[in-house]
Amino acid sequence: MGRFILRRLGQGFLVVLGVSLVVFVAMRVFGDPAKVMLPLSATTEQRAEFEHLIGLDRPLPEQFVTFIGELATLDFGDSLWQRRPAMEVVFERLPNTLMLVGAGLGFAMIMALPLGALAALRPGGIIDRVTVIGGLVGLSTPQFWLGLLLIMLFAVQLRILPTSGIGGVSHLILPALTLALPSMARMVLLVRSQVIDELNQQYVKTARAKGLRFHQVLFGHALRNVMIPFITLAGWEVISALAGYTVVVESVFAWPGLGHTAIQAIQRNDLFLLQAIVFTVAIAIVLVNILLDVIYKFIDPRIKLA
Amino acid sequence: MRALAEELWKDKPGLIGFVLIVTIVLAAILAPLIAPYDPATQAVVGRLKPPVWMAKGDWAHLLGTDQLGRDILSRLIYGARTSLIVGILVVALAGTFGGTIGLLAGFRGGRTDTILMRLVDIQVAFPGLLLILLIVAVIGPSMVTMIVVLALTNWMIYARVVRGIVLSVRQMPYVEAAEMIGCQQSRVIFRHILPNLTSPLLTLGILEFTNIVLAEAALSFLGLGVQPPATSWGLDVSTGKDYIFVAWWLVTFPGLCISVTVLSINLFANWLRVTTDPQEREKRFARARAATRRRQERRAGVGRETP
Amino acid sequence: MSPAADRPLLEIERLEVEFDTRRGVVRGLRGVDLSIGRGETLAIVGESGSGKSVTAQAVMGLIDVPGRIVGGDVRWKGHSLLSRSRARQARDIRGKEIALVFQDPMTSLNPLIRVGQQISEVLRRHLGMTRADADLRVLDLLEAVGIPAPPRRAKQYPHELSGGMRQRVMIAMAIACEPELLIADEPTTALDVTIQAQVLELIAGLQETLGLSVLLITHDLGVVAGLCDRVAVMYAGQIVETGSAEDVFERPAHPYTQGLIRSTPRLDDHMERLVSIDGAPPSLLAPPPGCAFYERCPIAEARCATLPPLIPIPNRTAGSVACWRATTNAWDSASVPPGELRAV
Repeated sequence: MGRFILRRLGQGFLVVLGVSLVVFVAMRVFGDPAKVMLPLSATTEQRAEFEHLIGLDRPLPEQFVTFIGELATLDFGDSLWQRRPAMEVVFERLPNTLMLVGAGLGFAMIMALPLGALAALRPGGIIDRVTVIGGLVGLSTPQFWLGLLLIMLFAVQLRILPTSGIGGVSHLILPALTLALPSMARMVLLVRSQVIDELNQQYVKTARAKGLRFHQVLFGHALRNVMIPFITLAGWEVISALAGYTVVVESVFAWPGLGHTAIQAIQRNDLFLLQAIVFTVAIAIVLVNILLDVIYKFIDPRIKLA
Repeated sequence: MRALAEELWKDKPGLIGFVLIVTIVLAAILAPLIAPYDPATQAVVGRLKPPVWMAKGDWAHLLGTDQLGRDILSRLIYGARTSLIVGILVVALAGTFGGTIGLLAGFRGGRTDTILMRLVDIQVAFPGLLLILLIVAVIGPSMVTMIVVLALTNWMIYARVVRGIVLSVRQMPYVEAAEMIGCQQSRVIFRHILPNLTSPLLTLGILEFTNIVLAEAALSFLGLGVQPPATSWGLDVSTGKDYIFVAWWLVTFPGLCISVTVLSINLFANWLRVTTDPQEREKRFARARAATRRRQERRAGVGRETP
Repeated sequence: MSPAADRPLLEIERLEVEFDTRRGVVRGLRGVDLSIGRGETLAIVGESGSGKSVTAQAVMGLIDVPGRIVGGDVRWKGHSLLSRSRARQARDIRGKEIALVFQDPMTSLNPLIRVGQQISEVLRRHLGMTRADADLRVLDLLEAVGIPAPPRRAKQYPHELSGGMRQRVMIAMAIACEPELLIADEPTTALDVTIQAQVLELIAGLQETLGLSVLLITHDLGVVAGLCDRVAVMYAGQIVETGSAEDVFERPAHPYTQGLIRSTPRLDDHMERLVSIDGAPPSLLAPPPGCAFYERCPIAEARCATLPPLIPIPNRTAGSVACWRATTNAWDSASVPPGELRAV
């Protein structure tokens, strides 16, 4: 187990290295941080000073080594916008994002299992067909639009929920729901098709031939096997949410998490802050992936961690 | 072909999807002919007019006008072009690149395979959209940037799928035999591998297309995709969001277009996936029959007693 | 209903099963009659698609979409297993009084659950045992089916066991509640030849010690010979011949049975070539109204176009056949031109 985690951490290191290479190439080779980050009115001297400050005047390989060194010490420089270390801003906003992802995807997972299983009990029946169409509608809806529709309905028309910002639970409901619905749609469709498949497996026939009651067959046997692909998708949803969906949802609801902050950083040309966010999320994704593998190990005895 | 059309006719969701796709594609192609106005023409006097069925709406602007007095319907029709062009180009680029990588990995095997697939594994674990945001922010947003960046971040799935198929096809006895008797590699690829790739790649391409349409909309919404004066549904939702308190139609219609486009493709793809798989097709038929039987039984109000 | 002592345990009566397919309705079982008495071993033989497995599944209530039972009845000790109002009782019987062993032990066990738990599940379900009691009994059962080191094996998962071991686990599961009838659906087909004999021996041994009735489903006549008292031959969804094992093997009455036995290689035989029955079974989408074997039968005549009933064979105890020309030697080499003897 320990060796396995060590190995996966090694792979995660490669991922972070890959991300840093991409960021480096984008920023220093294709882009011009000085042009992006300095005001248009900056003089040539100011420009040269800035370039010297962040090391742009040195050869690229040397810059890359310095860059990696800074990353290793989690030193992403100061946020130009907030005028304090970028990591400080990140640590301040990270909990908000985690709360949103936890609430949204937690809700999606809890709803998806029973809904999908229910549809699978009578494939082709009316509940099944409504679920499938509903699922397809759900995964076809752009999140930013869904969020705005919910705002128009619950905040503007009904005036029962706040439009944006952070506060009590009432502030969390709409963003979490917006984040949840498309994920939930994908999960429901997966659970449905997997339950249908599993119920047709031979081992389910064995369980039925044993005279087990239907709920024992469904919960004790079929759903256990459905959990494996379900965990895979749920993990993918968590990763996608961290890596992108939250950016959209948070900026619709002005939810002060990493995603919204990333957009604000872009609007203020604060590349250091943006860079810090990208790396934090990359590391979070590596950790989620390791966690997923450990969960698999507990569900599926066929998997050997090595 | 005729039988296929008949089967589609019976599957209403699939049929609706198909009809909508055709409509949207036609609208995009014929935009200059059918759009009532130039999508960029502003009219300060006629700002924020509601759709025709509302109290202050009129027939001149069926779906109303935006904050600059531009005709919403016309903008929607032109917006279809952006979505389709970006979707098609990104899928074509990413599919070609990823497909080639997958073909290479599957065919060369050994170290080439290990390295390429490790590369895929690493990039799959990248923080997708955030990285795109960073790149676009540095390079500067434009439609071309968006297309290139989306292609560069979405090729991995094609590589994985193609490699998997190549590996499994090469294990089939007839391909093994062909390779053993010294068939040229190019011949093996064209005669045996490519025909097996067409159907899964087509299905994958269709599903990826929907993802790209959604991604384009999201990027444009965030201000990092299509830039004004060009039109895009995502961009229109973005400009409309400042008016949700006074003009719901600015946000609602472009968003609905995105949703309907993606949904109709999904409905059709869902039908197509089952129809092209003989086993799934058989299952779908049996389920439909069983469901009909259950309904009939319920209507008759009798459970089956000892027969 | 007074279940007489001499009444058969299991009675299958005019059982009909249909399958919905895109090409039409496949008539999988077309009126199957069968019964098994206490302590009896009956084999159903037939080629794949003849409906022998479907019969077993119908008894166990495993007929699912696209299949459905459209007629007939299955009775256990005189009570129907199919009636909806007795579904609960039927479930109590299945797994307890009637148990099933499947063909493929690789897929028949749940991959995520320890084998010991999969066995103890039956005990807790039907005998109301506590977990601890059931776990102890599992060890006895594993021992009984010849699995070494039961405590260790019980904690393993199916993928850690060989095919033969898994089939033994399946059998342990089946005999857990000391059933009265064991249905074995091609129990050895998926196993290595050496393991096959062991598993059959195990079933024969259990049959003796537990006084089980056994319904053995197989396409392998060699398996039947040593194990069964009675044989039923199925063809195209119907039973064409039943009788004592000796009668069916030595004096087959139906041309199909005769052909089947003739095409089975024997150790004491020195035939140069194996022979097969020409042609294929009829499509069950639109089965012929008459005898299903009509097309392939060398002695078919005009009356064979009407369906022959399954009637007792004269001068035999407990033998019946569905053929207008029963007991005629159909495959006499004189009546078949040599050219039609095909090498297999």
